[in-house]
Amino acid sequence: MYRYDEFDHTLVAERVTQFRDQVRRRVAGELTEDEFKPLRLMNGLYLQLHAYMLRVAVPYGVLSAHQMRRLAHIARVYDKGYGHFTTRQNIQYNWPRLEEVPDLLEELAEVEMHAIQTSGNCIRNVTADQFAGVAADEIDDPRVYAEIIRQWSTLHPEFSFLPRKFKIAITGAPNDRAAVKVHDIGLRMVRNEADEPGFEVIVGGGQGRTPMIGHVVRGFLPVPDLLTYLDAVLRVYNQLGRRDNLCKARIKILVHETGVDEFTRLVEEEFAAMSRESPQVLPGGELARIRAYFQPPAYRDLREAAPTLDLALATDRAFAQWHAASVSAHKQPGYAIVTISLKPIGGIPGDASAEEMEAVADLAERFSFSEIRVTHEQNLVLPDVAKENLHAVWQGLKAAGLATPNVGLVTDIIACPGLDYCNLANARSIPIAQEISERFADLDRQHDIGELKVKISGCINACGHHHVGHIGILGVDKKGIEHYQITLGGDATETAALGDIVGPAFSGEKVTDAVDTIVAVYLEQRRDGERFLETYRRVGLAPFKEKLYASR
Amino acid sequence: MPLVKDDALIQDNWTRLDDDAAMIDGPVVVSLERWLNERDVLASRNGALGVVLTSHETPEQIAGDLDRFSLVCLEFPKFTDGRAYSHARKLRERFGFKGELRAVGNVLRDQFLFMQRCGFDAFEVAEGTALEDWLRATTEISVAYQSAADRRATAMAQRQDACSTS
Amino acid sequence: MTCSVVTANRLDDGAVVYLAPEGRWTGCLDAALVARDDATEPLMAMAERAVADRLVVTPYLIAVEDGPKGRLASHIKERIRATGPTVRLDLGKQAGQTGSTEARYVSL
Ligand code: HEM
Ligand code: SF4
Repeated sequence: MYRYDEFDHTLVAERVTQFRDQVRRRVAGELTEDEFKPLRLMNGLYLQLHAYMLRVAVPYGVLSAHQMRRLAHIARVYDKGYGHFTTRQNIQYNWPRLEEVPDLLEELAEVEMHAIQTSGNCIRNVTADQFAGVAADEIDDPRVYAEIIRQWSTLHPEFSFLPRKFKIAITGAPNDRAAVKVHDIGLRMVRNEADEPGFEVIVGGGQGRTPMIGHVVRGFLPVPDLLTYLDAVLRVYNQLGRRDNLCKARIKILVHETGVDEFTRLVEEEFAAMSRESPQVLPGGELARIRAYFQPPAYRDLREAAPTLDLALATDRAFAQWHAASVSAHKQPGYAIVTISLKPIGGIPGDASAEEMEAVADLAERFSFSEIRVTHEQNLVLPDVAKENLHAVWQGLKAAGLATPNVGLVTDIIACPGLDYCNLANARSIPIAQEISERFADLDRQHDIGELKVKISGCINACGHHHVGHIGILGVDKKGIEHYQITLGGDATETAALGDIVGPAFSGEKVTDAVDTIVAVYLEQRRDGERFLETYRRVGLAPFKEKLYASR
Repeated sequence: MPLVKDDALIQDNWTRLDDDAAMIDGPVVVSLERWLNERDVLASRNGALGVVLTSHETPEQIAGDLDRFSLVCLEFPKFTDGRAYSHARKLRERFGFKGELRAVGNVLRDQFLFMQRCGFDAFEVAEGTALEDWLRATTEISVAYQSAADRRATAMAQRQDACSTS
Repeated sequence: MTCSVVTANRLDDGAVVYLAPEGRWTGCLDAALVARDDATEPLMAMAERAVADRLVVTPYLIAVEDGPKGRLASHIKERIRATGPTVRLDLGKQAGQTGSTEARYVSL
């Protein structure tokens, strides 16, 4: 993985010192809260319901075991023993004290991590496919470009006070695991006729109050032009994005109101001008320098078939169940990718205790070249496990309580912090997730239902991705009482779609029953081998609606 | 109000002329609207001329007239309104403005470095501002990852140099 | 009659606090100073002084009701602020008190 050189170290260290001074000035009364708030947000520090919350970036989801240990240490020393992994490949600490945050950041800087631009109206932590570099279906390794974007976006002098936050996601594979179509900019690696790699540039997707699927503004962007093109898109947005209304300030609204063709023309015009004035052509040397950090680890020369694995699969049913849910294809023969569920039955989606983090770090050191990934579905990944070690990994996970075999299944629920922590929430998300999880705890039933993505947000900001959940659940406030609106048919992948609202919202007590009903209708309607989404796309809303509101 | 310019705190010897104020001698700064309405009078007058653009007015609106101005002020109505950063870069890099580019309005030291990198070279600051604090702000971050109007060597460029000389 | 209390978050650790008599701040809703009807101005003035003194940030008024089981904030968000996350009864102000830890949705 990428290692900081002297420039990166210097910048992060200087940023910590700068922030320490900003905190000092706040406490000394030299800064008012109004002045301090944008400064602290640009370093990921929120004030939530019960305390401050610090959001730490896991750039493009890549973590070393060593870094994970530091995250555990921070959870113990500066927080209450746990952290929350989010859908944006960040980790959030819920209880830090203001004056300790600079020390915390210093500890992060020591392991080459930071909280820079994890909030605020700036370019946020860039996210990527969690299987980057190891996926069997990849065109090129997106981590190389994600790291370049991380650096370019860091303290960008022109784009630190945009109309609104700005999120960039990148995938190197045709199977989109990074939800690139619902980001401000989505980059998808493609090849042109000459077989050179480049990017398809998608702009103006997003969730929140007005969810939209992004538009392709450039079918093929040559690699060397990446930063100049991003600068051009950002400049158009910085100048023309709406600043009169917070709800209309995202780039998706600008693209929508300007029209895709006109917006594209403006970007291309700016790109042409910037290419003359201040080109940032990516030098081959820098690409090679960064690529060198992402060389594959020292894989052993293994055969694809692993007889010990086959034996374990044949004889150990629990292991086989976990394997079916958690293991994905690796590009290296004899290796596999393991997804670790952070969704124990009845647990809090995405939360991990310091001990759990350390257990994952241990397993990564022993079995995965010390590397870990964080997924946008609030799970963790061991990217490089030899197949013959899968059984041992599973046993290690089981001992740590991390072997829930539900990845991609109905209980692998995404949920935002909701009203239990979040100042903006209408309703709680986590207790709903917990109750659904308990209702569907039975594994055989889960496997029978198959792939089903339930996503829950506590308000329309959609941090829990409800718009793109197969079943989406949105907390709303009805006369001071928590209610939940349900959508069906959302999809965050390459076949992206926004869910359809089934009808009036349900009270908290009725949500789990409603999900149960939806699943029952699916099972009744499904044809051989159809996934939930396929059935939904075939039969539409009507049969679900009918059952859900039958007794009303 | 005092100005920070060339690492010093100086008094502003420009007069900001309201749109309905009578013309005076000496260096004056007028609004874009007044410039557009009275350009002939203003252009034929003796004395240096400056113009102030607020954040929704664009450099394109004065691009053809830049040789008339020895000062362009870009206003930050709130420090969170970042349009002037783009406008400053365009004035410097696209339209080649060589005069004084001054940040006015809600100008705070926490944004000093960003402004400087985008081409501002003068900063209207609050009365009582301590110069040392401001100067510290420009040296707080020594690494530049992206090219901008100040043409500082980016980390990427320095890495390439290091590779080719070693 | 409506009863209100001023709440804010403490500057140093962000903890939820309520304005108490003599300009003190308390973590306990029961100890808060209550304004009857719309006699809230003096309370907010006191709170703004605490903002200037950098004790608390963003004070605001909340409605409360006194019931048989003590004082309760009227809105669910304020009830959660007054106790802690409903999904981690070991954390927040409620920590240390006994309660059900069952993972069930219970409306508040
Ligand atoms: C707890 C404090 C949080 C606050 C105050 C917060 C605030 C917001 C706001 C205001 C938006 C809407 C932005 C817009 O539409 O312009 C948003 C969107 C979003 N947030 Fe959060 N959020 C929080 C936590 C999280 C967490 C925990 C996650 C990940 C689990 C997350 C991920 C996202 C995502 C994915 C979106 C939607 C994508 C988009 O920006 O269009 N946020 N958040
Ligand atoms: S969706 Fe709403 S409730 Fe959930 S974390 Fe985002 S802002 Fe908070």
